[in-house]
This record gives sequence, structure tokens and C-alpha cells, in this order.
Amino acid sequence: MTRKAALTRAQFEERFFGVLRWFVIAFLAVITVLPFYYMVLLSLKPIDALLLDPGSLWISAKDFTLSTYRDVLRSSEDGGQGFLKFLLNSALVSLGTVVLTLVAAVPGAYAVSRLKFFGHRQVSALFLAVYLFPATLLAVPLFVIFARIGLSSSLVGLAIVYVAQTVPVSIYMLKNYLVTIPPSIEEAAALDGCSRLQTVRKVILPLALPSLMATGLYVFMIAWNEFLFALLFLAADPGEWTVSLGLAQLSNGIEVPKTVLMAGSVVLTIPVVLLFFAAERLLTEGLTSGADKS
Amino acid sequence: MTASRRANRAGLAFVSPTFIVVLVVVVLPIAWTVLLAFQKARLVDIQGMGLFGNWSLDNFAQVFDSAGFWSSLGTTLLYTAGSTLGSVVLGLIAALALRKPFKGRGLLRAAMLLPYVAPVVAVAFVWEVALSPQYGVVNDWGKRLFGWDDPIAFLSTREYEVHLLGLHFDIPLALLTVIVFECWRYFPFAFLFILARLQAVPDTLEEAALVDGATPTQRFRHVLLPQLMPVIALLCVLRFIMTFNKFDDVYLLTGGGAGTDVAAVRVYDFLTARYDVGAAAAQALVLAASLMILLGFYFKFFGNKVQEEA
Repeated sequence: MTRKAALTRAQFEERFFGVLRWFVIAFLAVITVLPFYYMVLLSLKPIDALLLDPGSLWISAKDFTLSTYRDVLRSSEDGGQGFLKFLLNSALVSLGTVVLTLVAAVPGAYAVSRLKFFGHRQVSALFLAVYLFPATLLAVPLFVIFARIGLSSSLVGLAIVYVAQTVPVSIYMLKNYLVTIPPSIEEAAALDGCSRLQTVRKVILPLALPSLMATGLYVFMIAWNEFLFALLFLAADPGEWTVSLGLAQLSNGIEVPKTVLMAGSVVLTIPVVLLFFAAERLLTEGLTSGADKS
Repeated sequence: MTASRRANRAGLAFVSPTFIVVLVVVVLPIAWTVLLAFQKARLVDIQGMGLFGNWSLDNFAQVFDSAGFWSSLGTTLLYTAGSTLGSVVLGLIAALALRKPFKGRGLLRAAMLLPYVAPVVAVAFVWEVALSPQYGVVNDWGKRLFGWDDPIAFLSTREYEVHLLGLHFDIPLALLTVIVFECWRYFPFAFLFILARLQAVPDTLEEAALVDGATPTQRFRHVLLPQLMPVIALLCVLRFIMTFNKFDDVYLLTGGGAGTDVAAVRVYDFLTARYDVGAAAAQALVLAASLMILLGFYFKFFGNKVQEEA
């Protein structure tokens, strides 16, 4: 009797969770996709259509317009919002950050993963401890230093700050990958007469390429999406604005319709999402490698 | 030279460029913040000021005395705890739901990462527009489906009166909305890590439990959860630290108004509205210290437990 009751409970649960699972999946699909659909939808409407029927999740053929994008992308001399220039600024800062971060992080990650030098455990802990301090805490002194040496409204200064934000996590990601490369490969290279530096350049780096790309991508994302430091350092100088900052400032404008704001959001989102989908597997594996071995 | 000494030397050589970069752009600025917090420093007079000089504890007195410091700290805690818990739980549910393959899983998995990878400025504005009382889709559908009488200003209502079963109580609506936003934006992060761990759980464990007649809830509670505990604990700590220091999400959604004045936004206000560098530094330092105290408690009470589970 008890055995039968237990079975029915198990059956009931199997069925219940079998159904619930599909509800959860549908719910997740809706909450993740709908906001982005809504963003694109509004960016293709004139503002009157939005005000007339705010609840509409569709767009009629006669309302369809691309003028919002023209308004956002056109340079400010032509009466637009100048987002093309902002896109260029963002790309410059982000790519610069990626290059500088990788240059700074690769040797450190290699050393932490391979070489048993004095204090190697403490060093990797120290790098991660950086995240204990709020970005706002870093913001104060950097704000002052940059104001002093005249870097406060330049893209170079901004890239330096982003490097500070991304080097620790890059070391962590690279290290997790580098430890999986068998040391015997390096020993073979050493037997063939490679110096340590040559081994790193000719053997380790090519092998670590997937991880380098994943890390670079992640750094690019952080730099492209960053807002606080761009706001602090560049707010006074519209010529240097990144897309994130340009969009935030656009929203403060009184005469800017929300549909144009949404077009700006789409312009800001598309590059990073495209890049992400192009390399999704690479990135998720790079981020979580090590997590499945804990 | 022995091999270990060679490795030692090479290691130091390799680590030093990275170390110098971190030292210059991270460690030194933080050290200077600590100094600034103990000095009277406004942005205008900092130009001519030496590194040391006119020490005082005024900044800290100002921080602790200023109106709203303690309530701001409370708000920050509520915001951080709610967002951390919500995003990890939602991430766990998502990972469990997407664990077994189905048609379109790869696509949904990728789509679910959208909130996390999309720029915060863009998604914050989408939420702002969608929640707007005038032209937002949420209020429009709320009126149609649930018969809301008045549009609800989600992002600017400090206290919202709710009538439920004849009871009246106030909920901090703007703060809740911001927390929900955080959960939405960061559950993909938790989802990624938990799913990776979930797929590494050996099938034999669950099969054994199945043979023993364990129900799905029992299998989750006694087989999966212990396996996932270390990664969940790690995620909680990571998300707690990140959210505690978070600035942009709250700043963009509410500007720190309507009962959402988290500490990070206050630091920003000190810095930009008053150009009071000393007070901003002191406030940031107090924030970092509170975080470390909290983490200290966490590791003291739960650190061992996490180790045992692992």
C-alpha cells in the first residue's frame, strides 16, 4: 500500500514538473525576448503611433518608418544626434581596451598558471580582490588624477580606466584555460631549444587562441557597455562621447521623442549582440570553464 | 641555478608587467582614496594640494551625520540581497528547465543571455519606456487585462498601497522595480554557471536515486542541490559584491529617487554635485568597509559549510 502511494507521488511529480517545465521555458523566452522586440518595434514607429496606442505590440505598414534611425545617426551639423561619431568613439575605446588588457593580462596569467614562483598564490588572490572595491571608489582618485594631467576628457584616459576594470577578470579567465594545456608540450618545446619567451609566443599563445578570443570578447563587451566612467570623464565634451553616454544624454533632452531614443538603443545594442551571437559558444565556455570542475 | 629558482625568477619576470599595470591603475588610486578620505579636499583646491596635509575626520563625521546615510545603507542592503537572491534563484530555475535537450534549446539558451550582454543604458531605457504611466506597454495592458484604474508609476512611486484580502499595506514600489530589473539582467549569469555545473553532474548519481524510488523533488533536494551548492554559494558572493557596488542600473532607472538612493549613487552625487572629493572618498570607503564586514561574517558562518558541501 505504502509502496503504491509512493509510486503515485513520484508519478504525480513527474507529470507536474513535466508540464511546469514548459511553462517556465515559455516564461523565460517571453521575458528575455519581449523587451528587445519592444525596443526594435518602437524604434520603427513614429511617436504619434506610440502615443495613440501604447499597448500595441504590432506595427502597421503605414506607420513603418526609418526616420528615427536617420535622426539618430545623422551628424549634429545636419540636425541629427551624431551617433555615427559616438559609434566610432566607442569602437576605438573598446578595441584599445581589448588590446591593452590582453597585453597586460597574458604574461600574468601565464605566470600564475605555470610557474611556481614566490607568492604565486597570493598574487592571483590579490588580482581578484580588486573587485571588492567599488568602481565608484576608483572613480574618485582617477577623476582627480585625470583632471590634473589633462586626460579627464579623452578617450585614452577612458581606455586606461577600462583596462583597470578588466585586467583582473581577464587574468582569471586566461589562467583557467592555460592550466588545461599539458606542461609536456612546453617541455617538448624546451627540449627543442625554445626559450621560455619563445615557448609562450610560438606554442602557448596559438594553443590558447580560443581563450584569448573569449576573453577579448568579454572585455570588449564590458568596455562597450560601460557607463559610469564615460559619464564622469566625458560628459563635458560631446565630441568624445561613447554611444552609451550619448544615449543617456539624449534621454535628458526634452524634445527627443521616445521612439528616437529606442532607435538609439538599438544602435547601441546591435554591435555587441551581433558579436556575441557570432561567438556565443566560445564566450560561455570561456566564462564558465572551471565552474564545472569545482 | 636550480630548476625551482629558475621558475621563481621567470615567474616574477612574467608577472611583473601585469603587476605594475594593476599597481598603477588600481592599487595606487585606491590608496590615494584612503588618504583623500581623511583630508579636506574639494576639486578646486586639490590642484595645488600636496599628497598629505590638513588631516581631519570631518569627512567621516559628515558622512555619518548626513541625512539619509543609514537609510541609504539599509536600501543598499535590501537592494543587494533581493537582487542577488532573485537572480540566483531564477538562474537555478532556468538551468533546471533547460537541462534536458528539446527543440530550439540552443536558440533559447543564446537568447536568454541577451539581458546580460546588452548595454545597460539601452535596456534601462526600454524598461523606462515600457513602465511609463503615459505611453508604456505595461500600464496599457494592465488596464486592459487587470482593470487597473490609474496607471502605476513604477519607477517614481516610493510607497504603493496594496489592498489584499482586506488588508492594506505599503510596498516600496520603485525599489522593488529596480530589484526586479537586476534579477532580470543578471539571472543569465547565474544560469550559465549553474547549467555548466549541472551538466557535469554524473548521470549515475541520479539514476541510482531513481532506482531507489526518489521523486523529482527528492532527487533535486538530496542529489542535485548538494552538487550545485558550491557554485551557488560562489555565485551569491560574486553577485552580492557586484550588486553592492552597482551604480549605473539604479542611476539610469530612477536617478536614486523614490526610495532607491543606494550608496553608490550617493558617492556619485557627492563627487559631481558638490565636487566634494573628500566626502565622496569617505563615503566610498565606508561602503567598501561595510562590504568587507559583511563578507567577513559570511565566510565566518557559512564558509566552512560551503567547504563541507563541496
